[in-house]
Amino acid sequence: MKRIATTLATTVGLALLLACGTQAALSQTLKAVQDRGQLICGANGTLAGFGLPDPQGNWTGFDVDFCRAIAAAVLNDPTKVKFVPLTAANRFTALQSGEVDVLSRNTTWTMSRDTSLGVDFAAVNFYDGQGFMVRKSLKVNSALELNDAAVCVQQGTTTELNLADYFRANNMSLKTVTFATADEAVKAYDTSRCDSYTTDSSGLYGERLRLTDPSAHIVLPEIISKEPLSPAVRQGDDAWEDIVRWTHYAMLNAEELGVNQKNVDDMLKSDAPDIRRLLGVEGQFGQGMGLSNDWAYRIIKAVGNYGESFERNVGQGSPLKIARGLNALWTKGGLQYGLPVR
Amino acid sequence: MAEAAKPVPRPARRFGNVALQAAFVVAVGGLAYAAIVNAAQNLAHENIASGFGFWNNTAGFDISQTLIDYSSSTSTFGRAFWVGLLNTLLVAAIGIVLATVLGFVVGIARLSRNWLVAKLAGGYVELIRNVPLLLQLLFWYNAVLKTLPELHGSMTLPAGSFLNNRGLFLPRPEFPPSFRVVLLALLIGVVAAIVLRLWARRRRDRTGVPVPVVWPALALIIGLPLVVTLLTDVPIRFSYPQLGRFNIMGGIEILPELVALLVALTIYTAAFIAEVVRAGILAVPHGQTEAAQALGLRPRSTLRLVVVPQAMRVIVPPLTSQYLNLIKNSSLAVAIGYPDLVQVFAGSVLNITGQAVEVIAVTMAVYLVISLATSLLMNLYGYSVAVVER
Repeated sequence: MKRIATTLATTVGLALLLACGTQAALSQTLKAVQDRGQLICGANGTLAGFGLPDPQGNWTGFDVDFCRAIAAAVLNDPTKVKFVPLTAANRFTALQSGEVDVLSRNTTWTMSRDTSLGVDFAAVNFYDGQGFMVRKSLKVNSALELNDAAVCVQQGTTTELNLADYFRANNMSLKTVTFATADEAVKAYDTSRCDSYTTDSSGLYGERLRLTDPSAHIVLPEIISKEPLSPAVRQGDDAWEDIVRWTHYAMLNAEELGVNQKNVDDMLKSDAPDIRRLLGVEGQFGQGMGLSNDWAYRIIKAVGNYGESFERNVGQGSPLKIARGLNALWTKGGLQYGLPVR
Repeated sequence: MAEAAKPVPRPARRFGNVALQAAFVVAVGGLAYAAIVNAAQNLAHENIASGFGFWNNTAGFDISQTLIDYSSSTSTFGRAFWVGLLNTLLVAAIGIVLATVLGFVVGIARLSRNWLVAKLAGGYVELIRNVPLLLQLLFWYNAVLKTLPELHGSMTLPAGSFLNNRGLFLPRPEFPPSFRVVLLALLIGVVAAIVLRLWARRRRDRTGVPVPVVWPALALIIGLPLVVTLLTDVPIRFSYPQLGRFNIMGGIEILPELVALLVALTIYTAAFIAEVVRAGILAVPHGQTEAAQALGLRPRSTLRLVVVPQAMRVIVPPLTSQYLNLIKNSSLAVAIGYPDLVQVFAGSVLNITGQAVEVIAVTMAVYLVISLATSLLMNLYGYSVAVVER
């Protein structure tokens, strides 16, 4: 009788424990990051220019810089970041489950992702579009000549969907070869398993560097889709979303105002009201986010302004040499528009 | 032999047993229910879509091998699920057949009296069993792909086929409606072969004279439809693969991913099946072999008529396990891009819809059903070869 009672009690107790529901404390991300003393950032891990560890294990890239900027704002130390490499397959579940605090992994902001995945996108930090890469020896000059071609693509991406749409819209037939990771897709393209590789245009330039003979491949001129890349956070934590969003706008405003990594200390003495508000000399803008007022100063000191980060990672200062194009400032004909810090 | 009958358990203790079991079932059921409710609540709280509404939404992506009609613009996620499932079943079915054949051959070879054959078989088993399947799969995929020529250097094979690193392209036969007659003849041929076999066995049991069955059966299965085809003059058209600018269009395409997956799965599982077969054969008492030899049977006939039929009852349960392993290992197709159920459903569909819980639950349920069905069939076969005891 005693044995029955104890077994019953244990199992019922366990059931009740589970029934209470594990209400994970996901709404206090800022507090969790500060307590932990480290930002956990979901990154790519294999994409040159955006998120890639070098042979010594130091992570570099455009998305990596963004995470370092957040860490500088929140923890005052851009090195206190742990990068978790994620594939296209598990990036959203990693964010949803709380494994990472922010997803900075060249992720496209789409409606279905915004509304049905339980994630929010902070701000578009890279306007991109999907393109195709082919071998020069195929003598193809336009994506419209790719009828009946075999195209390698990574599964679970907007790329897969756009590819099917584009070929259907242009009455071309297509053979898709899908792989779980970009690595395998690129390797298959390299061994001529398929005629073309497709992904975001910035990714094409990055992946081209990894082929056995980069100069034997060209990127076709057509951009077949809109791919606004944006860092993502979990829904329900508005304060954290604000921090991530305004990190991006701080970097944009710095470039618009001519503040960069080298002159930011001198700019503290500036008389221009915009610069004084941005760097926290005037106003209490950091407090609304739970940070000290020199949050933007820390960001720019750590990673520089938007233009510096762009040029260093994917622009003329990098092997990718991508032009600013749509990512130029709005004053120079591009789409990057820094919301005012006031 | 008969011992004193055990005293009947006192009613109180029997009641206690039943009550304990009932309470355990209720508790486990309660746990499961609580887990599901908890998951649903958390999903709703996080604003993550849940439910199976996505099943009828348009898929939007392409699949490289589809055994049924599928189009990226009109087919639904549900259709993509069936495509992936059929691809998995295809690999599993062919893999099981090939692995069994190879496994039996290697298992028996390992017991051969020929020293070289035995050592080679042993070496094969030891090597293949101890290297992880994923590594073997990647080896075969890269070995299969790299040795094949590129598109423009395709090997032309007889009957207008092409072989290159995009696949094996065979001419596709197009059957006119009048082909049904030939299919009917094939069916009649198969039934006749089965009847012939049953009759031959009964004749042998009654008179002791063995009746040759293999060649007449083959003649019926293949010859009868062939004769009907020639007599009725059914026109079978072939659509030949054409080498286009980028690709070969037309014809039947056999993906290199499929071949690599089949080769890796077959070789890997055959190594394990070989050991199971060897264990089964060694489990047959040596007296059986001695008696067969005393009766004048040659070693090959002994094996075929006396040892292996008795070994089967020992072989079937672990063989079932190996089959289930093969079916589940086929999910490694994800690593090489073969569009099986995991790659298509738990990969593409999961990512596009974002509904991880439902998709993974369905995938697990499907594998469970396939495995249970396989083990059920194998158990039925096992009962039929089991020793009938008094």
